[in-house]
Amino acid sequence: MTCSDFLKELTDYLDEAMDAQTRAELEDHLQWCHNCYVICNTTKRTIEIYRDSHLYELPDDLRDKLRSAILAKCHNHQSSCCDEAHPSKEAAGPKLAASPGETRTK
Amino acid sequence: MGTIQPKVAEPVSDELALVHAAKAGDMGAFEELVRRYDRNVFRIAQHITQNREDAEDVVQDAFLKAYQNLGNFQEQSKFYTWLVRIAVNEALMRLRRRRPERMVSLDEDIKTEEDSMPREVADWAPNPEQLYTQGELRDILGKTIQGLPPSFRTVFVLRDVEGLSTEETADALDLSIPAVKSRLLRARLQLRERLNKYFKNRTGGDGKK
Repeated sequence: MTCSDFLKELTDYLDEAMDAQTRAELEDHLQWCHNCYVICNTTKRTIEIYRDSHLYELPDDLRDKLRSAILAKCHNHQSSCCDEAHPSKEAAGPKLAASPGETRTK
Repeated sequence: MGTIQPKVAEPVSDELALVHAAKAGDMGAFEELVRRYDRNVFRIAQHITQNREDAEDVVQDAFLKAYQNLGNFQEQSKFYTWLVRIAVNEALMRLRRRRPERMVSLDEDIKTEEDSMPREVADWAPNPEQLYTQGELRDILGKTIQGLPPSFRTVFVLRDVEGLSTEETADALDLSIPAVKSRLLRARLQLRERLNKYFKNRTGGDGKK
């Protein structure tokens, strides 16, 4: 197995998505190839660091605002559907259109 | 050498019951689906758009579209995978609006395999993330993933951050499994290469701490 062969299999190796024989061949390669060992190890660390980083977590206050906005739009959608089904009710209240440009909550 | 264990997914045993109730008009059930997945959708949206306001809009629009189209959800995939597909499309649309001069597509095939071939092989410090404060680390990780093509960071965030399977990622992005694997490998290798400069073992004493 060459280093290039190893790299092609790296994703499946890290994801444990391969048969036992291929896995054994890759691990044999890792025993003697320091470069592939380092690349494998640092790629694994890359994934772990991103996974554990809590990058782009949704703050609780923003989460509440977004949820309220979503549910309000869903209610509006439901109301407008009912209005279409029963046109005589349209005069009962204004309809709120939810266009992409109006989605900002703050 | 150890391998990567996928995140334990939230129990989905009652997901279908919630979807059925929401389809029948139960707003409480839909709200529960929002609570269950809003953080995931926000993370995915911000990874793709790299813009906080766009990510907020994507969360709202994705859930609204899901609600409007619940009747069309055939339940052949998980609700979450279907929702992710909607969110990714919304996020890519916003990215295109911000960058009209650049083609933004999941189908783009980026350069050649060589763009991801490791150029620098340097071992990292034992706990590289501890070389930096939480804030510094978030800046580094954000800046680093921002440099990846959208199609790469989309696959990376779904597979490695959100823990979707290869099959679910392919389903959500309408890509083949080999295409997902190819993009994932290149995303992982490019991120690793870019993080080298921050995390490599510094024996000369010129690094931080």
